[in-house]
Amino acid sequence: MITIENLHAQVEGKKILNGIDLDVKSGEVHAIMGPNGSGKSTLSSVIAGHHDYEVTEGTMLLEGEDLSEMSAEERAHKGIFLSFQYPVEIPGVSVTNFIKTAINANRKAHGLENMPANEMLKKIREKSALLEIDSRFLSRSLNEGFSGGEKKRNEIFQMAMLEPKLSILDETDSGLDIDALKIVANGVNKLRSKDNAIIVITHYQRLLEYIVPDFVHVLFDGKIVKSGTKDLALELEAKGYDWIKELV
Amino acid sequence: MDFQEKLLASHIAFEEEIDLTDPIHQVRIDSLKTFEVKGFPTRKDEAWKYTSLNTLIRKDYELFPKAEKSIDLQKVKKYFLYEIDTYKVVFIDGVYSPFLSNTTHDGLDVCLMSAALTKAKYKDLINTYFNKIANQEDSLTSLNTSYTREGAYVYIPKGTVAEKPIEIIHFSTGEEKSLWLQPRNLIVVDQNAQVQIIERHQSLKEHDVVTNSVTEIYAHQDALLDYYKIQNDLTSAALIDNTYISQDRNSNVKVHTFSLGGKLIRNNLNFHHKGEHCDSTLKGITILEDKQHVDHFTLVDHSQPNCESHQDYKGVYAGESKGIFNGKIFVDRLAQKTNAFQQNNNILLDDKATVNTKPQLEIFADDVKCSHGCTVGQLDNDTLFYLRSRGIPEKEAKALMTYAFANNVLESVEIPILKKRINLLIAKKLGVNLGLGL
Repeated sequence: MITIENLHAQVEGKKILNGIDLDVKSGEVHAIMGPNGSGKSTLSSVIAGHHDYEVTEGTMLLEGEDLSEMSAEERAHKGIFLSFQYPVEIPGVSVTNFIKTAINANRKAHGLENMPANEMLKKIREKSALLEIDSRFLSRSLNEGFSGGEKKRNEIFQMAMLEPKLSILDETDSGLDIDALKIVANGVNKLRSKDNAIIVITHYQRLLEYIVPDFVHVLFDGKIVKSGTKDLALELEAKGYDWIKELV
Repeated sequence: MDFQEKLLASHIAFEEEIDLTDPIHQVRIDSLKTFEVKGFPTRKDEAWKYTSLNTLIRKDYELFPKAEKSIDLQKVKKYFLYEIDTYKVVFIDGVYSPFLSNTTHDGLDVCLMSAALTKAKYKDLINTYFNKIANQEDSLTSLNTSYTREGAYVYIPKGTVAEKPIEIIHFSTGEEKSLWLQPRNLIVVDQNAQVQIIERHQSLKEHDVVTNSVTEIYAHQDALLDYYKIQNDLTSAALIDNTYISQDRNSNVKVHTFSLGGKLIRNNLNFHHKGEHCDSTLKGITILEDKQHVDHFTLVDHSQPNCESHQDYKGVYAGESKGIFNGKIFVDRLAQKTNAFQQNNNILLDDKATVNTKPQLEIFADDVKCSHGCTVGQLDNDTLFYLRSRGIPEKEAKALMTYAFANNVLESVEIPILKKRINLLIAKKLGVNLGLGL
């Protein structure tokens, strides 16, 4: 699905990623763990194409296609989705109107007409039910005054609506109580298929009890320093990150 | 002879046409003297620091357009709220158009200033209200007063709720090469009465038209007034709007100003509190491009205790457009327990667009809550990335963000069809495709 080789990136002249190698295949779930400041969120922003981040070296291929020259919106059209750690608030645009605009922008990029209103409505109903979102929530301004849990549920709702090939879930568990975590994880699991892939970025092992990864990578100082199966996450939980630092 | 001299010299001819026995003859003469002494404001006047009338008054204008003209209703229908039933007072090149209007004397008066000025039954009323709250020291207001002849006259009697909104629309046809219009409106909302009013100035083709309008509004005890100004004219049109509002005890007045088009617009919006527990709302959306220029000059005169005022002006400036917001809040030493809020937020979309924003608070009471804030900025980078990461292209994302920023002010618009219309106008101006479901 995505192949990243020797990726170096910086923001405002500060080097953050120092040679990342990562290969995620269709149907797989990869978890990226690591201490604060190790570059986890930068990696997700760089894959999604944030215009403030500069790739200085290395390549990113999505299904063999080079991402380096693509804008954030083009990457979205190709099937990349980022669930934000801190989703932005947009007063004056409702959840429904926002997702309609996004869906139709993606359709337009693929040469399709706007989605018919009844089909859109049906899809919104189906996907909001999946995340136990009620209809009043959908008419509220995007993320404005939402609780942490509502914001994250709304991110996964958008993921469900847009049906991306590669989803990056950046700290989706932060700010969630256990009930909200279960709803979000359950939603994500229902969206898993052999045709898509998910990168879960998390500081803690907790989320991985519900979204079980095929592989776990440990990011430290802008590099992947250790990879393993889901047992690695348990080991990190038990030992903390200090022993990783000693590996470097 | 320059235009100012022409205005002074033409006054005799103007007065010859009208009834010299009408109650305001002497007021006109006195006002002309004020204008003669003061002349047009210049940028040396602190209140006109950022707006020059020079290019306007260097030209010559027709003061007396040809009598009654007609225009095809189908051509101008879109400027009315045709979807709903309304009272209408319509003028074409300054002259009343009975054909396009829908006036009434049934339970309330929605009619003409010329009738109020000349009919005996309105004499007391004119003596009570005419030119009383308007600033008699102001040169442009005085100029308007000296040429007062026509405009809308609205009287909502005690306890009456006007069951439909009133539209006051001024069309200019462009049949005169250039035209100087001076409509004069008087609106009285008596005790416990309610009304909604929409005012619009519209050129039908590109030609030089300058409107120097004065509106006096009296909201008596417990009255409720909702006033909407739609300023979406062609780029050949200029508007100087002088609005004076007097509020008695417990009255509630809201003025929304939508400045979406025109060459030059100056809004002088003045609120004066005459009793306790008044509520005043001043909201504005300004969206400009090219070389358009809008100057909002607001005054809230808190002279009574326990009153509130809320100001929220949003501006979006593209091209080489220029915006000014000068918001003065005056709190008299008697006006304890005043709550006065003012907010002016602006977005500059292009390098050559400018905004000057100046809050001016003069507070002489000690137990008050006053706040003000102004911002001038670009669109937020993280929000832009968020939208783009969902597949919304940059240009569309910026338009959507700008739309959301401005659109927020519309929440307090009480006429649903008007809200929808303004919403569409804003979306169209910003290039947001509402077909996408917004």
